[in-house]
Amino acid sequence: MKPGIKRVARFAIFYAALFGLWTLLAELKIWPPYLFPTPWGVGESLYAGFQDHTYWIAIRVSMERVLIGYGISVVLGMILGLGVASNKFLEETMGGLLVSLQSLPSICWWPLALLWFGLNQNAILFVVVMGSLLSVTLAMEDGRKQMPKIFGMAGRNLGAKGFKLFWYVMLPASLPFIVSGLKQGWAFAWRSLITAEMLYLSLGLGQVLMMGRDLNDMSAVIAVMILIIALGYIVDGVVFKGMERHLQNKWGLTTAT
Amino acid sequence: MSTNAHFPARFPIPVEPGFPARSGPRSVSIAPPTPVDSQISKVALSEICLSYRTQSGERLLALDHINLQVKTGEFLCVVGPSGCGKSTLLLLIAGLHQQTSGQILVDGKPVQGPGTDRIMIFQEHGLFPWLTVSQNVEFGMKMKGISKAEREEKTRYYLRLVHLAKFKDSYIHQLSGGMRQRVAIARALATEPDVLLMDEPFAALDAQTRDLLHDELERIWSETGRTIIFVTHNVREAARLGDRVVLLTFRPGRVKSEFPIDLPRPRHLEDPVVARTAREILDELRDEINRSLEAEYQDGVKPHIVPEVEP
Repeated sequence: MKPGIKRVARFAIFYAALFGLWTLLAELKIWPPYLFPTPWGVGESLYAGFQDHTYWIAIRVSMERVLIGYGISVVLGMILGLGVASNKFLEETMGGLLVSLQSLPSICWWPLALLWFGLNQNAILFVVVMGSLLSVTLAMEDGRKQMPKIFGMAGRNLGAKGFKLFWYVMLPASLPFIVSGLKQGWAFAWRSLITAEMLYLSLGLGQVLMMGRDLNDMSAVIAVMILIIALGYIVDGVVFKGMERHLQNKWGLTTAT
Repeated sequence: MSTNAHFPARFPIPVEPGFPARSGPRSVSIAPPTPVDSQISKVALSEICLSYRTQSGERLLALDHINLQVKTGEFLCVVGPSGCGKSTLLLLIAGLHQQTSGQILVDGKPVQGPGTDRIMIFQEHGLFPWLTVSQNVEFGMKMKGISKAEREEKTRYYLRLVHLAKFKDSYIHQLSGGMRQRVAIARALATEPDVLLMDEPFAALDAQTRDLLHDELERIWSETGRTIIFVTHNVREAARLGDRVVLLTFRPGRVKSEFPIDLPRPRHLEDPVVARTAREILDELRDEINRSLEAEYQDGVKPHIVPEVEP
């Protein structure tokens, strides 16, 4: 057997076993169905959720929020990270603060966000930004330091300065070193978003998840959990993996991840 | 085509489809080096000093009152033992580093920061791995805001000049060390600098590749008429390439002596006259090399090797 087929086979066996175990446990009826749903129950919930557009709307709203929040984080984080990396004063003062702030779970910003912004979209965005900003900043700082100095020198020598130097030299030169940080930032943004949405009724996936609980509909709960996992995985596995592969092809090396 | 009229063509210039060989790369208008009043040197260094603080806090003098004049179109080689500050000297001329005192004039105007009239070629080439070969060559022109059509035309011209037109879409990691340095040369020339600053560009290459690049560099230099300041620790390379060789002392770097080299071109590394000239330079350099070795063997050991001319 070819290695590719072998891999697919292993993959299939693993998930078939998992599915079988789930079905078995559900069919044995050790727990009542409203606590331990069958796979078909979950499947029906998924179908119904997409059929009446609840899930489509929830996915759109959540994705929109996470993209805006993550986008803000990336732009701000890169500026902050570059600043900290290239300024000794900022490094000594803000560097330590940033590291210590990272130990704060992003949802701890929620009460503060509620008081500042009120119970609305902006409060959610704030939590998402706070969740991912620090990892992007730290990654950028680290990337800027790891990046070979010669690129900056060559760029300046060839007439790049200011924004052009940043955009055409510093940013692409540091990309292989920050891609893992960007990925981590994405994971944090996604988690922060779902958490915040669960605390505030507002259409997104987090709210649909809580709705399942409120209605005692365990199938719906599991269905939404699967959706959240799948979306997170798709972005991670498709967008970031693609980016890493692209960088590897260009640079001809394995990236810093 | 007149490009190789004076020199044996080691590499036939590859002819691209759709690009008539007859009109050739010459159809591009290439700016000649800026004409200068013959009274003024192209590059003039006066009383250049550079000192810096080491980690232990003491002040170290790296360059000590360097005076140097480089004529327009001259091929100047700067030779010295490692640690004499010869690479730093190039960074100063490039405006990527600031001297402690003294003045550097290019065309009679003081150097204030980097400028595309002086382009460096680094030992580790410094090409951008995220860009293709032609994008690398285009880079300086893009920063200058030159139109896309003109950029493409000049990129094609300079890639043909270094015989790499076929590799325009390759990424840097796909090229050999010698090819990378040729791209670096094309990239530097594409911004049409008056002065090329070459920092041991061939030191990391194998001997055969280096031989070929010496020939190519000599040809390109004679075709483009640029001024070249070429830093190396290899005296034979200096004697092979330079119109003049300047010798720096070991820490602090001072100008120890100068050797005008009036040998006919094209030269070859194996020419007996080149070897003899190299030996003369080496005789002068030997003390400095020994001093630099002594500094590396701190425990009182004095490794007094008398190096032969490099094979």
